[in-house]
Amino acid sequence: MTTPATTELRKTALNATHRRLGAKMVDFGGWDMPVEYTGILAEHRAVRTAAGLFDVSHMGEIVVHGPGAFELIQKVTCNNVEKLAVGQAHYSGLMTELGTFVDDLLVHKMSDTHFYLCVNASNQDKDCAHIVRHNTTGARVENASDYYTQIAIQGPKALGVLQRFTQVPLASINYYHFTHGLVNGVECLIARTGYTGEDGFEIYFAPEHSDKMWFALLASGEPDGLIPCGLGARNTLRLEAGMCLYGHEIDETTTVWEANLGWICKMDKGDFLGRAPLAKQKEEGVKRVLVGFEMTDKLIARDGCPVLHDGEKVGHVTSGSPAPFLGKNIGMAYVPGSLCAVGTQLQIGIRNHQAAARIVPLPFYKRPK
Amino acid sequence: MYPTDCRYTKEHEWIKMDGAIGTIGITDYAQHELGDVVFVELPQVGAKIEAGQPFGTVESVKAVSEIYSPVSGEVAETNSVLGNEPEKINQDPHGAAWLVKIKLSNLTEVNSLMDAAAYQAYIAEKQKETSA
Repeated sequence: MTTPATTELRKTALNATHRRLGAKMVDFGGWDMPVEYTGILAEHRAVRTAAGLFDVSHMGEIVVHGPGAFELIQKVTCNNVEKLAVGQAHYSGLMTELGTFVDDLLVHKMSDTHFYLCVNASNQDKDCAHIVRHNTTGARVENASDYYTQIAIQGPKALGVLQRFTQVPLASINYYHFTHGLVNGVECLIARTGYTGEDGFEIYFAPEHSDKMWFALLASGEPDGLIPCGLGARNTLRLEAGMCLYGHEIDETTTVWEANLGWICKMDKGDFLGRAPLAKQKEEGVKRVLVGFEMTDKLIARDGCPVLHDGEKVGHVTSGSPAPFLGKNIGMAYVPGSLCAVGTQLQIGIRNHQAAARIVPLPFYKRPK
Repeated sequence: MYPTDCRYTKEHEWIKMDGAIGTIGITDYAQHELGDVVFVELPQVGAKIEAGQPFGTVESVKAVSEIYSPVSGEVAETNSVLGNEPEKINQDPHGAAWLVKIKLSNLTEVNSLMDAAAYQAYIAEKQKETSA
């Protein structure tokens, strides 16, 4: 995900604010984004124990509407949109003809003929083109990313803080459901979703209100321990929660079966892109499986490190990092199906070391109910 | 803010001389760029190291950074505190969180390194680039 130096980095509506507040900025897949404010450890801890505020406006929003919308979404994604109620969202995969991932995404059902997709920032143009290419139903497909700021407020205190700004009874919005309403006087889509493993909300609204919303939530949440967070903590939080990141655990070479995402692939819903190769792979079995591991040596596995078993290379680390809340070094990796059992001892190639690791159940972290 | 009794490299290490022994660490700029340091890997006492070559690793939550030696010589001592308290590098990079002490094989190597004023000018230029 590198961008040629000649390309101007894309900016969210909160870019100047992040810089003014002293956030450390990085090139994130072509976007100039805050990687950390006070530090990844403090931000990670805040989200697990209080709350964190994230600008995730770089994420893409694609609107699909019209009479053919349902049929089109059913065709290009692997989850079953028929099961979605209006006001409900689900996690899904945008499929290639091979049954691999063009992207992973959230599908929000606004009405029977209107779907709102939240996709990865650096994939949004590719995703939109892919959906358009397979649009034989006459649906209207629009990349609406420029019309939305997306702010995530995550953590056990998130609901309490956000509730101060809206009449919508937030506790009545179930997990992976959403509604529309005013937040701080601004019309928002309010979704109880997130990418941290904590309770929380993601709100979508017109970019001109970004600064006002950001500062209002920050100021109000400060006594509760809410702090602004960057994408660094977002990554360690999602990894602890065992969630996949596009370009790491999943891409155009991996399938739902390999990535342990069988639960988002509904083979009985009828035909969809990639269904036949997915059916074949399901029958034949996968050659590699995504597993979670923790280091039993003190070294830290990183993305791309080789995974060894009895000295032989058997796979690679897709994401590796310290797990700040668990106080361990963890990672995810693809390994052969014969080596995926919990408890299996592996070695991770880290610089000139072969560091010991052990396969553990996913997710690494599950929030207390 | 950078101690004037030290010399500095473009890779953001500092070295402070005491006779033939040089104490080496990373600069405040480097620790800030790295973020929360969580792991440090240092060479064994007695190891030979070479100017401009990596001799250790400092890892933050997000990044792995190699440490380049400003000088050539032999490792005389390593800072054992950093094994259990790597975060000291964020808190006191120019003091308690020194990394290694080196017995220099060529004392004149130090003279080619930047002094505090030159280093400060060097990072001011870098910061201008990133905030552009």
